[in-house]
Amino acid sequence: MSDLVQHLINGIATGTIYALVALGYTMVYGVLKLINFAHGDVMMVGVYFGYATAFQLGRAARTTLWGVLLIFLVAMAACALLGFIIERFAYRPLRDKPRLTALITAIGISFALSYGFQLDFGPLPGAAPRAFPEVIRPTEWLVLGDRDVVVWNWQVISLLIAAALMFILQYLVYRTRFGRAMRAVSFDHRVAGLMGIPTDRVIAITFMLGSALAAGAGLLYAIKDTAVQPLMGLYVGLKAFVAAVVGGIGQVPGAMVGALLLGLIEEFVVGYTASSWREAVAFGVLIVVLLVKPEGLFGRVAAEKV
Amino acid sequence: MPVPRWARGITPVLAAAAVLAVAHWLLAESPFFIYVSSLVGVNVILAVSLNIVNGMTGQFSIGHAGFMAVGAYIAGKLSLEMRDTAVSFLPEAASDQLFFILSLLAGGSAAALCGFLVGLPSLRLRGDYLAIVTLGFGEIIRVIVQNTPALGAALGLSGIPQSASLFSVWFCVFVTVLVARRIASSAHGRSLWAIREDEVAAEAMGVNTTAYKVRAFVISSFFAGVAGGLFAHFVPIINPNSFTFVKSMEVVVMVVAGGLGSTTGAIVAAVALTLLPEGLRSTFTAVGGGNAGLAQKVDQIRMPIYGLLLVALMLARPQGLFGTREVWDVLPRWLPRRRKGTA
Amino acid sequence: MHRILTGGIVVLAALFAAGCEKKTSTQTETPATGTTGQTGVQTTGTTGSAGTEGSAGTAGTAGAPATGDVILLGEVGSLTGAQATFGISTRNGVELALNEANAEGGVKGHKLAVRVYDDQSKPEEAANAATRLITQDHVKIIIGEVASTNSIAMAHKAQPAKVPMITPSSTNEGVTAIGDYIFRVCFIDPFQGFVMAKFSRDHLKSTRAAVLRDTRSDYSMGLSEVFTRKFTEMGGKIVATEAYAQGDTDFRSQLTAIRSAKPEAIYVPGYYNDVGIIARQARELGIKVPLLGGDGWESEKLWELGGSAVVGSYFSNHYSPEDPSPRVQNFIAAYKKAYGGVPDSLAALAYDAARVGIEAMRRAPSLETSAIRDAIAQTKDFPGVAGTITLDEKRNAIKPAVVVQVGDTSSKYVATITP
Repeated sequence: MSDLVQHLINGIATGTIYALVALGYTMVYGVLKLINFAHGDVMMVGVYFGYATAFQLGRAARTTLWGVLLIFLVAMAACALLGFIIERFAYRPLRDKPRLTALITAIGISFALSYGFQLDFGPLPGAAPRAFPEVIRPTEWLVLGDRDVVVWNWQVISLLIAAALMFILQYLVYRTRFGRAMRAVSFDHRVAGLMGIPTDRVIAITFMLGSALAAGAGLLYAIKDTAVQPLMGLYVGLKAFVAAVVGGIGQVPGAMVGALLLGLIEEFVVGYTASSWREAVAFGVLIVVLLVKPEGLFGRVAAEKV
Repeated sequence: MPVPRWARGITPVLAAAAVLAVAHWLLAESPFFIYVSSLVGVNVILAVSLNIVNGMTGQFSIGHAGFMAVGAYIAGKLSLEMRDTAVSFLPEAASDQLFFILSLLAGGSAAALCGFLVGLPSLRLRGDYLAIVTLGFGEIIRVIVQNTPALGAALGLSGIPQSASLFSVWFCVFVTVLVARRIASSAHGRSLWAIREDEVAAEAMGVNTTAYKVRAFVISSFFAGVAGGLFAHFVPIINPNSFTFVKSMEVVVMVVAGGLGSTTGAIVAAVALTLLPEGLRSTFTAVGGGNAGLAQKVDQIRMPIYGLLLVALMLARPQGLFGTREVWDVLPRWLPRRRKGTA
Repeated sequence: MHRILTGGIVVLAALFAAGCEKKTSTQTETPATGTTGQTGVQTTGTTGSAGTEGSAGTAGTAGAPATGDVILLGEVGSLTGAQATFGISTRNGVELALNEANAEGGVKGHKLAVRVYDDQSKPEEAANAATRLITQDHVKIIIGEVASTNSIAMAHKAQPAKVPMITPSSTNEGVTAIGDYIFRVCFIDPFQGFVMAKFSRDHLKSTRAAVLRDTRSDYSMGLSEVFTRKFTEMGGKIVATEAYAQGDTDFRSQLTAIRSAKPEAIYVPGYYNDVGIIARQARELGIKVPLLGGDGWESEKLWELGGSAVVGSYFSNHYSPEDPSPRVQNFIAAYKKAYGGVPDSLAALAYDAARVGIEAMRRAPSLETSAIRDAIAQTKDFPGVAGTITLDEKRNAIKPAVVVQVGDTSSKYVATITP
C-alpha cells in the first residue's frame, strides 16, 4: 500500500514537469497548428544554460533563493531567445506552406540541436552526461511510517513552481488582452490579422513563452534526476506531446490533465513491471487515445471545412 | 527484337539478375566494398519504399525503422533457428539461400502485417497524427524487442548466418525500384498522386482514400521489412539500437532531400548520404595523417549538419533535388518500344 | 494456367519441406564455403600489399598500409558517448606502449603506429570500425574494446578474417569464446563476480544482498548472474534483484523496491555513468548500506556524477595505483608525464595489451597474422602493469583482482583476492 502512495507521489512530480513542457507544445500548436518537434531540445538548451549559471555561481550562492531565481531566469531567458530565433527564421517563412514542410523543418532543428550539443569542441558540452550541481539540498519533509512514504522538499518545491507557472499562464491566456489576441490567432490567424492583431508579434511572443516554460520544466527535471545530457530533451518532448494530444491539443487545461495522467501511468507501469518499458508507455497511451477519442479529453471535434 | 507480351513484365528482372550475377562474381574478393554497397543497397530500399508513402501518397510516416526492425528480427530469428537444417537433395549453399529467401519473405510479410495494423487506424487521422503514431510504433517495437529474451533483448541477436551477398541485396533493390516505378506509372499510382495533391478532392472523385493509403503503407512496410531482413544477414549482430528514431529520420532526410515523390531522387540521395560518411572518413583519415581524430570529428558533425540541411532544404528548395521528376522520364529511350499504330 | 502454377509451387514446397534435415557438419562463423556472403576469408596484411583494393570507390586510400616501414595496429574505443573515459584511457595506454616500443627500436626493424576509431559506445559502430581496420587499413592486431558488448561485435568480424584481437578490459566470458584469434589480458567475469561475493561475505560479513543490474550490457548481466550464484553458494541470501536500462536517469522505483527488502549491501555491476546517479538516488531514499561494483565503475567521472554518495562503496578492479612495485610506479610516472593525471586500470590494461601484442610480434617467426596469433597464445608470465599475465587455453588471463574502496577523490586499496 505504501508503495502505491510513493508511486503516486513520484507520478505527480513527474507529471507536473511534463505538464510544463506540454503547455508549451499546446500553445504553439494552438497558434501555428505546428507540432514543434524542437521543443524538447530547446528545453535541453535551457538546462545547459542553467547548468553553466549554477556552476559559475558556486556552491554557496546557488543554494540561496536568489541564486535559484537567477538560474531559472537565465535559463528561461536563453530559451525565450532561442525560441524567438527559431520561429523568426525557420517557421515564419513557411507559415503559408503545407504543414509537412514546417514539420520537417522542426525535425531538422531538433536534430541540429540535440546532435550539435553532443559535439565537444568550443563551448559545446559533448555527449557525456554531467551532474547538475546541487541547487536544492534534498531533505525529507514528510516521512510516514518507517520510511515507507517519503515526500522530499524538492518534490514539493517543484510542484509549487510548476503550479505557479501554470497559474501565471492561465491568467495570461484567459484574463489579459494579449491572451485574447493569442486565442484569436489560434482560432483563425488570417482573420485575426484583419482585425488588427499583430499576428507576427503574437506568435513570436507565444513561442517565447512556451520555450521559457520548457526551460523551467527542464531545470526541475535536472534537479530531480541530476543527470544532464544532450539527448534528454528528445524523449521528454515526445512524452509531453503525447500528453498534449491526450488532453486535447490546443487546450491549456487539457495539456495539464493529460500530462499528469501520463506521469502517473508511466510511474505505475515502470514501478510494477520493469524500467525498460518506460518509453513504450507514452506511445501506447497515445495509440489507445487516438483509437478511442482522437480529439483528446478536452478537445472539440473539429469539422474539416472543404 | 520485339519482346513478347507475356515476357514483358519479367524481362527487366532477368536482365538485372544477369548483370548482378556478373558483378557479384567480379567483386567477390573485396569484402569492404561488398559491405558498404550492401549498406547502400539497404538504404536505397528503405528510401524508395518510404517514398511510396511519403512522396507518392503525401503522408508523413516517420517510423520506418520500426518496420525494418520487424523484418530484421523475424528474418534473423528464422534464419537462426534454421541454420542447422538443410534440404537434403540440394547442395548446402543452395539450401542456405533458399532458407534465406524464405526468411526474407517472412520478414517482409510480418512487416507488411504491422504496416496494416498501424496504418488502418491512424490513416483515418490528420497528417500530423500519423507522424506521431508511426514514430510511436517504431519506439514500441524497439521496446518490445528489448524486453524479449528470445530476440536477444537489449544485448542483440547474433549468430545469424550471413547469407546476404552483393547479388541478393542489389537484386532486392532492383525489384523494389521496379515495383515503385510501376506503381507510380499505373492507375493505382495516379490515385495515390491524387491523394497527395488534395485528399478531399480525391475522395470526392470517388477514390477510397483510406484504402489506398493503407495499401501504400503495407507495400512500403513490406519492402522495409525486406531491407531489415537483408541487413540482419550481413551484420554480425543486430540490436534495438540500430533501429531507433534516428534511423527513421535518416531515411526521411534521404527521401526529402531527393525529392518527395521521386524514386530517382530517393535512390540518389540514399546512395550519396550512405557513401558520404564513409568517404569523408577515408579522406579525413588520410588528410589527418593516419590519425582518425579529424575523421571522427567530421563524423560527429555530420548529424547536426543533416538537421540544418533539412531546414535549409525546406526553406530554399522544399521540393528536394529532383522534385517529382524521374530520370527515366528524361533519358531517351534505350530500348525501342513499339508504339501503337506506328510501324 | 494459374492453377498449374499454384499446384507446382505447392508440390515444390512439399518436396523441400520433406527434404529438410539437420546438417551433418556444424558450421563455424561465416564459413568460407557454402555461403555466398563474405567470400574468400582474407588473411589481411600477410604480404603487406598496398591497400588499394576493396575501397568503395570513395576518396583516398586510408593512410599508411602495413607495408614498408610501419606496422599498423588498430584500436577501437568509445572516445565519445556515454562511456567516453573508457576509450580515452585505452587510447592513451596503447599510445604510451607504442611510443616506448618505438623508442626501443620498434619490432623487427619496423616502427609501430596505431589507427584509432571511435565507436561512440555502440556495438554496430564497433563492428563497423573493426571491418574498416581489417579490410581497409590492413592492421596486424586489433586492440579493443572495453565494453563486452562492443568486443563481442568486433570479435565476430576479427575471427573470420583471422586478425588477432586483444581486448584489454572486456570481462564477459563470451568474448574469447568466439574464436581462437580473440584474446584478453584481464580476468573474466566468472572470477570477478566471485571476487565481490567473497569480499562481501568475508570482509563485510554481509548475509543479505540485493542486485541492481543493467539489462543493456552483457557485462552487467553476466556479472550479476555469477555474483548471485556465488553469494548464495557462500551462504548468503539475495533478497532482491532489480534491473535498469543503461541511460535511465530515474532509478527510484527500483531502489524503493530494494529498500523494502532490507539488504546489507547492494551489488551494482554497471558502468560509472549510471552508478553515480544510482548512488545519489539511493542515498536520497535513505539507503545507507554500501554499494558494491565491478570494474565498470573505474573512471575519474565517478566522483563528478556520484558526488559524496559513492564514497564508502567498494568495487573490484584490475590494479591499484598504490601498488608500490617499481614496474607500476614507472608506468604511472611515464603516464603522468605524457597525459597528466594518474592512469586508471583501463589505461594500465591497454598498455599491457599493446605490450603483449608487441612482444608477440617480436617473438613470432614472421609478421603473418597467423604467426602473431600463435605467439600471443604462448604468452606466459608476462610482466604486466596490471598483474602478471599468463594466457590459458581459453585465451583468458589468470590474474588476481583488487578490491578498492571509493574515497573522497580517489579509490583506496582494500584487499587482493586471488583465483
